[in-house]
Amino acid sequence: MSMSTTVPSFQELILRLHAFWARQGCVILQPYDVEMGAGTFHPATTLRALGPKPWAAAYVQPSRRPSDGRYGENPNRLQHYYQYQVIMKPSPADAQALLLESYREIGLDPLLHDFRFVEDDWESPTLGAWGLGWEVWCDGMEVGQFTYFQQVGGIATDLPSFEMTYGLERLAMYVQNVERVYDLDFNGRGVKYGDVFLRAEQEYSAHNFERADTVMLMRHFEDAERECASLLAGDKQLALPAYDQCIKASHLFNLLDARGVISVTERASYIGRVRTLAKACCEAWLAGER
Amino acid sequence: MAEFFLELFSEEIPARMQAKAAEDLARLLGEALADLQPRGFQTFTTPRRLAIAVQVQAAVEARSSSERGPRANAPEQALAGFLRKHGADRADLREEAGFWVLDRVSPAIAAPTLIAEALPALLRRFPWPKSMRWGGTSLFTWVRPLRRIVCLFDGQVVPFSLHDGDDDGHGLVASNLTEGHRFLAPGAFAVASLADWQAGLRGRRVIVDVAERRQLVAEGVAAVAAAAGFTVVDDPGLVDEVTGLVEWPVPLLGKIDDRFMDLPAEVMQVSMRVNQRYFALRTADGKAAPAFAFIANVPGTDGGAAIIAGNERVLSARFADARHFWDLDRKATLESRVAALDAITFHAKLGSQGERVRRIASLASTVAGLVGADAAHAARAATLAKADLTTGMVGEFPELQGVMGRYYAAHDGEAAAVADAVQAHYLPKGPSDPVPQGRVAIAVALADKLDTLAGFFGIGEKPSGSGDPYALRRAALGIIRIIREHGLRLSLRAMIAAAGQGADVEELLGFLLERLRVQLRTEGARHDVLNAVLGAGLDDDLVRLLARSDAVAGLLGTEDGANLLAAYRRAANILRIEEKKDGPHDGAVDAGLLQAAEEQALAAALDGVAPQVSAALGDEDFAVAMSHMARLRAPLDAFFEAIQVNAEDAALRQNRLRLLARVRTVMNDVADFSKIDG
Repeated sequence: MSMSTTVPSFQELILRLHAFWARQGCVILQPYDVEMGAGTFHPATTLRALGPKPWAAAYVQPSRRPSDGRYGENPNRLQHYYQYQVIMKPSPADAQALLLESYREIGLDPLLHDFRFVEDDWESPTLGAWGLGWEVWCDGMEVGQFTYFQQVGGIATDLPSFEMTYGLERLAMYVQNVERVYDLDFNGRGVKYGDVFLRAEQEYSAHNFERADTVMLMRHFEDAERECASLLAGDKQLALPAYDQCIKASHLFNLLDARGVISVTERASYIGRVRTLAKACCEAWLAGER
Repeated sequence: MAEFFLELFSEEIPARMQAKAAEDLARLLGEALADLQPRGFQTFTTPRRLAIAVQVQAAVEARSSSERGPRANAPEQALAGFLRKHGADRADLREEAGFWVLDRVSPAIAAPTLIAEALPALLRRFPWPKSMRWGGTSLFTWVRPLRRIVCLFDGQVVPFSLHDGDDDGHGLVASNLTEGHRFLAPGAFAVASLADWQAGLRGRRVIVDVAERRQLVAEGVAAVAAAAGFTVVDDPGLVDEVTGLVEWPVPLLGKIDDRFMDLPAEVMQVSMRVNQRYFALRTADGKAAPAFAFIANVPGTDGGAAIIAGNERVLSARFADARHFWDLDRKATLESRVAALDAITFHAKLGSQGERVRRIASLASTVAGLVGADAAHAARAATLAKADLTTGMVGEFPELQGVMGRYYAAHDGEAAAVADAVQAHYLPKGPSDPVPQGRVAIAVALADKLDTLAGFFGIGEKPSGSGDPYALRRAALGIIRIIREHGLRLSLRAMIAAAGQGADVEELLGFLLERLRVQLRTEGARHDVLNAVLGAGLDDDLVRLLARSDAVAGLLGTEDGANLLAAYRRAANILRIEEKKDGPHDGAVDAGLLQAAEEQALAAALDGVAPQVSAALGDEDFAVAMSHMARLRAPLDAFFEAIQVNAEDAALRQNRLRLLARVRTVMNDVADFSKIDG
């Protein structure tokens, strides 16, 4: 086991995780090119978790949570941030050990620090998915989420996957001992996280809360919903293109929610509509896998 | 006897499930190994293991028994049925005294054989609240992946596997190998007995005994706190949880940055407890201390400095979030938040929180008049009572509802009584919780609970058996405690009627009185006294009911009371029998027909006592009513001693029955004495 003692920059941290998980046999993917709320939505996780074929992948996924925008003023809340996502199907017997080794790679020694697995049942109502696992704590801070997938798209998994999500900014802040996300060392050569993302946080916060055209967003939601259904209709189901529309619908819902135009009762109904799409996509995907 | 030992070594078991799992394991093993006469169960749990040791017999001894079957000449079907039932052949039978007899011999079973057969099934149906699949295709589930099984009988491995047909059972096979602390002593090692396992793990930095670990946690945090001059805020639930999160407890102390010390103490404590499992500390003068205690699972190669620094940073980030909510929330007044309650659903059939708040405000001002509270304050407090549900802080920490409302109301310059009531109207939240003290808080607390009860009764959502999803029993008990502890004089009927919402007044009153009865029973009240006082549901004033019940119980405790009751019962029995013939006999007593001195004395006593009892009842002085009533005892005893009630003369008989009926009436005005056990 190799433990790197130098403090990694933000990008170095990603590179080390890539190198580590590549050594474990994971396919290193690039981010998916549709806006989404979490790395779990990537088809490499949601769809690949289903069916009998083994699969292992790792990737960075930009994650958008429109209502977490703080105009760049909050030290640790962002409407756009990065998740590092690992999925291994079937779950390996040494998943916990692998994970701890990955923390050593980025400079966190479990004999110097206090690592803990604290109960956390994961559930995504929009994906109709759930699993059991833990939050991974380092010195009282959540540095990752570890889940054994039991169900996705309302369908029990054939082979339970191990899914690990690292919140990269939070992890980097911890490793670099930085209080404010914008002060993170991005590249080890003077570029800070704020140099890259501060203006985006300011502009997107204004977009998410003030400017986004809600009538248009609602129309787009309905378009995506209709398109998803149409791609799944008939004999030739196109599971992957249909699933893109499902992810789009989910993100449009998040934007509408941030704009405050969705009431409590409507909320549940929107989530139910996205879940229906996700379920249909998962079923279509599975039909093609078996 | 020999030692049986089982350890189920897994990935981290949620803390809250460990104790129940140990109980379940002991119970299920007790059943499965009953034939081995198991004794002296000892269970152990840590985050990664569930273990049990028990003394058992080395074997189930061979047993033989004889089963008598049908008569030798019985029809063929009877014999076939008997053979089928016992899985026997005709050749196994012998004939004895005209009957078929089956001799059955169960051979001796060695304990390991029985254990190896019983365990796979026991583990497959182990009742975890939620269990999961992992790895390959095996359908064997556990709370988290099960990694090793140690199973020993008298030091030897009891071999069994979880393999089941096509299912590989994750390849799990019983062995004598376990593992020490995940970080401090990784790797497998062999164990030969419970004692060996305990000692081996202690050496490998695992304390397996829950009580010992719990003590290390509690004393550890107390010691690090004391070293800094602080005391720990008592929190047994947190001690339990933390005990289930570590195998090797290391107590540490962290500092809280001064810039957060102006946050409300409740906010700091909840944030530390809920998010971080930290122990809140107090200074010598009872204030929030600028430090927290916590338990790590490793000592840290630098003596814990990095662990402390990390935890301090995490807590600073948590408090920064709390500060954000605290500052932001105070920018808007509670009053300005009330409108937003219209958008929050309370219950699909009972409307929004906004509608609920308007009902409670109206009811609170009515109740205020009855409990001596300022009606305007009560209505104001009720209006603001739920507004903190829309604040960021309560959104983050729901357990701070009410607490934040009070802080924000005070910040807005609301009257102190109003601010207090915003918090205290939730009281009492449980049996050990105090009731609200201020008059305004009392009014709002009663209105809140009555509105809840009336609302759910109105839509037919009543508690049934163990099901009480809306905690209506707790609300009812809350009302009862508030009324009792403050001696409030209220007509429950009128209050329920004022709460409206279509609730059946008598039904809801009955529910409240039933809760009162249950409560008084647990306090040791006689059930027959409660029946006598509560039975008819005539009185809806709890204070009066309680005084009456105390007085009746007091009377029955005296010799006069016991004798009076015997005489009452005699009178009531006679009346019951005679009234069946030609009753009722409740007309006025004819003084002219009173012949014997004893009759005259009883009538005179009644004439004297009846108005006095009635007056005392009017004054609600039940003790005085009882003492007057007790004066009937002597004349009544004398009456029964000397007088034949069923006289030959019909007029005399009727007059005497009327005299007894009058005794019954006077006494029943106090309580239904027919319900009292003799």
